[in-house]
Amino acid sequence: MSKTETLVRALVDKHGKSRNSLMPVLQGVVKEERYLSEEAMLEVARELDISAADVFGTASFYTFLDTVPRGSYVIRVCKTIACHMAGKDVVIDALSDMLKIKVGETTVDGKFTLLTANCLGWCHKGPVMLVNDEVFPQITAQKAVEIVEEYARKK
Amino acid sequence: MEHKTIKKVDIIFAKDTCNPRELLSKTLQRNPDDIILDIIDSGLKGRGGAGFPTGLKWKFTRNEVSEDKYVICNADEGEPGTFKDREILDQVPEKVFVGMAVCGYVIGAREGYIYLRGEYNFLLRSLNAKLETFNALMKELKFDFHISIRSGSGAYICGEESALFESMEGKRGEPRNKPPYPTRAGYNHKPTAINNVETLVYTTMITRLGPTEFKALGTQDSRGSKVFSVSGDTPIAGIYELELGMPLADFVDSFGDGDTKAVQVGGASGHCVPRKQFRDTIIGFEGIPTGGSMMIFNSSRSMYNVLHDYLEFFTEESCGQCTPCRVGCQQLLKGIEAVKRGERKPDYLEELKKLADTMKVAAKCGLGQSVANPFNSIVNNFREEIIY
Repeated sequence: MSKTETLVRALVDKHGKSRNSLMPVLQGVVKEERYLSEEAMLEVARELDISAADVFGTASFYTFLDTVPRGSYVIRVCKTIACHMAGKDVVIDALSDMLKIKVGETTVDGKFTLLTANCLGWCHKGPVMLVNDEVFPQITAQKAVEIVEEYARKK
Repeated sequence: MEHKTIKKVDIIFAKDTCNPRELLSKTLQRNPDDIILDIIDSGLKGRGGAGFPTGLKWKFTRNEVSEDKYVICNADEGEPGTFKDREILDQVPEKVFVGMAVCGYVIGAREGYIYLRGEYNFLLRSLNAKLETFNALMKELKFDFHISIRSGSGAYICGEESALFESMEGKRGEPRNKPPYPTRAGYNHKPTAINNVETLVYTTMITRLGPTEFKALGTQDSRGSKVFSVSGDTPIAGIYELELGMPLADFVDSFGDGDTKAVQVGGASGHCVPRKQFRDTIIGFEGIPTGGSMMIFNSSRSMYNVLHDYLEFFTEESCGQCTPCRVGCQQLLKGIEAVKRGERKPDYLEELKKLADTMKVAAKCGLGQSVANPFNSIVNNFREEIIY
């Protein structure tokens, strides 16, 4: 059994074999593998006994359920109004310079993906970014770079 | 009309005002109908933005006959400019849990869910730990009610209640036709009482204090206080609980930076109020209702950029299910860009306003229906900034 199959089965065992478990199962796969591969979606469909089209249909609706490969650390910089006013552009430019990628791209080593996000709910403390589930409010360009450097040192 | 000035209140975040064990063991002895009467009497309306009377919502759900009913706490806070629910769940989660349990007792539900937006996943660990304690307490009190958390995955539209149910059922977050309303057919098409995070805390506090203290605050149409998320051009951005019914001018005096040009009340889907209307605008259900977002703009800001940001947001977050919203959002965005570039005459803005008005009546859910609020209020009040 492949790693993905084992993961999906464990998630289905945990959340239950019903359509209502689809979101938690997909979220569980993304947490481990950072995105939903074709293999993962097909396995989820088999395990929950629903059509693969339904699984893809649901997955493709949600911003956080990526269906294309992502880096180990997905950086999401908030781009909505308050963070815009507070200077999200310089943060994005600094990260883009540092990682040598544009928004939407992943570094060659597969470590980082740089994305923007709609309102992350920190309008009083913008700019803000998420790295996977961790939140970093009130960042500056320099602080953002330091935070990502910290992650780069991790395995 | 009653005249209110700005007044800070401390109900929501006050510590040591809610002992779950004490409050619930007392409340679970009461007649559910009496609890509902208290909530109705308090005048509490939903704090998520739509403002439906909470007591009635509970009553309707209670009146439905069904083996399965659900309590859902809507924590899919995604409106740009709103961040209060995160703070409430971080600071006083027990008050939210108690509100859910009381609601479950009143309507006859055994299961409760918190739908937490994926952007707030960092709260999960501490929330789940506190829930474990709370669920154990429910068992101890011999009350058959269990709360668990479901996560969102980055879709603004899932804050719309029927889209939220679809999402919990493992589907695309596309809003349903209404009626039937959630009180009759919500999650799993069973009777569901779905409430905003803040509303649930107020129900807890009304259960504890009685309706009188809450009712004494606010105005005839807007009882009580409300948590406001204040951001933008203000030296004191943050979260404040204020009495409802204040004139916007007083708010600006307290929170503005002295150069306030406009305030966006109610987030991206709310209304933009220009300086000349500050004195006549009441914050409350009789004036401009709000889910709590107050974003302040000073004269250095381009209102074209503000509107452009909002329209980009709606274009991306529209679920794409109904044509008025899917195409409307895109065309409004392209439209103001074309006017700005001079490819369209300024008159074209009138056409766009008609389109926004059409979306108001033709879109399926609140998202598409409310795009006209920011669009018309910004275009009407800052027309020159959009054109030149």
